[in-house]
Amino acid sequence: MGDVAIRADGLGKRYRLGQNRETSGLLLSDTLFRALRLRRRRTAGEVAEFWALRDVSFEVPSGAAVGIIGRNGAGKSTLLKVLSRITEPTTGKATLYGRVASLLEVGTGFHPELSGLENIYLSAAVLGMRRDEIRRKLDEIVEFSGIEPKFLDTPVKRYSSGMQVRLGFAVAAHLEPEILLIDEVLAVGDAKFQAKCLGKIEEIGATGRTVIFVSHNMSAILRLCSRAILLDHGRVVTDGPTHEAVRIYLESDLGRSSERRWADPAQAPGDEVARLKSIRVLPVGGGSPEEIEIRQAIDIEVEYWTGTLRSLRPSANLAFYNDEGVCLFITNDWQGRDALDAATGPRIVRSTCRIPGNFLAEGRVIISVAVSTFNPATAHALERDAIAFQIVDRSQGDGVRGESTNEWGGVVRPMLDWHTEAREITSQD
Amino acid sequence: MIRPSRGWIGPGIRELWQYRDLGYFLVWRDLKVRYKQTLFGAAWAVVQPVLLMLVFSAFLGRVAGIGPPDVPYPLFALAGLVPWILFSQSLNAASNSLVSSQNLISKVYFPRLLLPLAGVGSHIVDFFIALAVLLVVTLTFGRIPGATVLWLPVFALLAVLAALAVGTWLSAIYVRYRDLRYAIPFLIQVWLFATPVAYSANLVPAEWRGIYALNPMAGVIEGFRWALLGGPRPDQAIVFSAAATLVILTGGVAYFRRVERTFADMI
Repeated sequence: MGDVAIRADGLGKRYRLGQNRETSGLLLSDTLFRALRLRRRRTAGEVAEFWALRDVSFEVPSGAAVGIIGRNGAGKSTLLKVLSRITEPTTGKATLYGRVASLLEVGTGFHPELSGLENIYLSAAVLGMRRDEIRRKLDEIVEFSGIEPKFLDTPVKRYSSGMQVRLGFAVAAHLEPEILLIDEVLAVGDAKFQAKCLGKIEEIGATGRTVIFVSHNMSAILRLCSRAILLDHGRVVTDGPTHEAVRIYLESDLGRSSERRWADPAQAPGDEVARLKSIRVLPVGGGSPEEIEIRQAIDIEVEYWTGTLRSLRPSANLAFYNDEGVCLFITNDWQGRDALDAATGPRIVRSTCRIPGNFLAEGRVIISVAVSTFNPATAHALERDAIAFQIVDRSQGDGVRGESTNEWGGVVRPMLDWHTEAREITSQD
Repeated sequence: MIRPSRGWIGPGIRELWQYRDLGYFLVWRDLKVRYKQTLFGAAWAVVQPVLLMLVFSAFLGRVAGIGPPDVPYPLFALAGLVPWILFSQSLNAASNSLVSSQNLISKVYFPRLLLPLAGVGSHIVDFFIALAVLLVVTLTFGRIPGATVLWLPVFALLAVLAALAVGTWLSAIYVRYRDLRYAIPFLIQVWLFATPVAYSANLVPAEWRGIYALNPMAGVIEGFRWALLGGPRPDQAIVFSAAATLVILTGGVAYFRRVERTFADMI
């Protein structure tokens, strides 16, 4: 080998803020944000610009697997979009040698009205397969998806979201590109299927295909890629061995803090059903929200806007991760929903979740937040790695580990009820 | 090779050809989706022109001089409606094609021109069904088309090209200005009155005929009727309309190719 598969040279991508929203009627019909938009328009004298990518250069030898990591908005997805020709760079150039397939979502091209079988054809064609190629691989795709043949003639709108994901990935897994660009597709599906997907990507990498893999899942990046590029604010921060890049990323925090606020709703993650307003960490009893003692309880407060669609009752979900990318647990504000059921018009909802003291493990905790509806299952607003804070264990005999000063493993460190008793030793012992 | 493109670029025919399988599946998808969960399925392709023909006949058929004296008005109307519906539905589909496929545009690369092309393509199938009915109606009225009937495909093609010509413009503009959602149906409605579908072009004063024929559909409808029902060949209308179509199509494709690089960022 030794050939170059991808060569990027000074890639830059400039966006004008609000460019698309000012002129499109997309959001105009949106009752919830109409008032806010009008106010915005009056101040929209100056056109704000920002560079989603700035002077990005790298080379990927053919057969390599390279991970792209970085915070939200660091330019990872933009880079992938430029490389897959969905959008044009503003400056610089990139050359890709070989047949390229990009997987920016699972189930690209699916049409809800069409059956599973029909969608296999459609999605495969959209992803660049030829007709005869699809026919040849059809059985394999169906088998990989694990979808029962009797469901193949059912419209996918009646599929569970898990089934849709499985079908979508099954199609994608059978592409045979020389260069594969993948974005976050593993963030979906159940653990078993995720493992299957990872295995398949590993397999693809092993057959000498070039893989570019964007993910927030550090353990997946570590497993699949020997090299990683760390982006921040559109620029390359590090380009080197994966463990090195991951370490730099996790240690630097890259701007992650214990509080996020979206001052401008138009820029906040969300849609007409729900939009994020803020999320923050509040240590119960005061103290620094960045560094919290393990025995202290913590409130996580989320604020979000809800739209006018009453039938869709959104709920806030929090997913807790450690700095190895392991999901510790997920929780949502379903219990407190009675307050929402009575509401008819748009509302600002504030939900607070209390995490007891002596529960999280020592180390960095990263929280992703989403506002979703369950029927249909849709994440309306999603911010990955929204906030982060540090848990420190300063307990002295009154914590979970007692008087131990050794390493204390585990992804959580809950204080559990132990029942302990001691008795005399008798002759039967 | 990916780099910022500048200025005007060609239509990219070769690339479109490479992606022909995707084009096929997009047409196939549109057809499948259109007639899924409908009671009459493809019969709708027939119902629409026939119903309009009945409406036109009931209300306009009795107006003296609206059609030529030697052709029964219902047949005259249907012979205009069949190509008109091919045009109007193709135009509508092509204009909406980009916005209705936003999820594709922002997630995967392919030549964007495939979308308006596929939008037009799926209505050609409907046209063939309607055409079969039109031929039956013609025979029922006791008229045997002459050798001129061989020209029918030419005018059908012209109707498709006209829809594509205007559709490339509108689809690209629609990405940016969503006002078109309301403007397109209105435009098509007005266009119907500016086209000799319900009435004969002879009603237009002779000195205005040249300008009138710059409407790409004027020549198509007149030519289509001539091919099916005979009479003097409307040479001027055909040439003017074809020329107008060619100009709009060239401009539309050039404009489309120029702005398509911003679609993914705008949509």
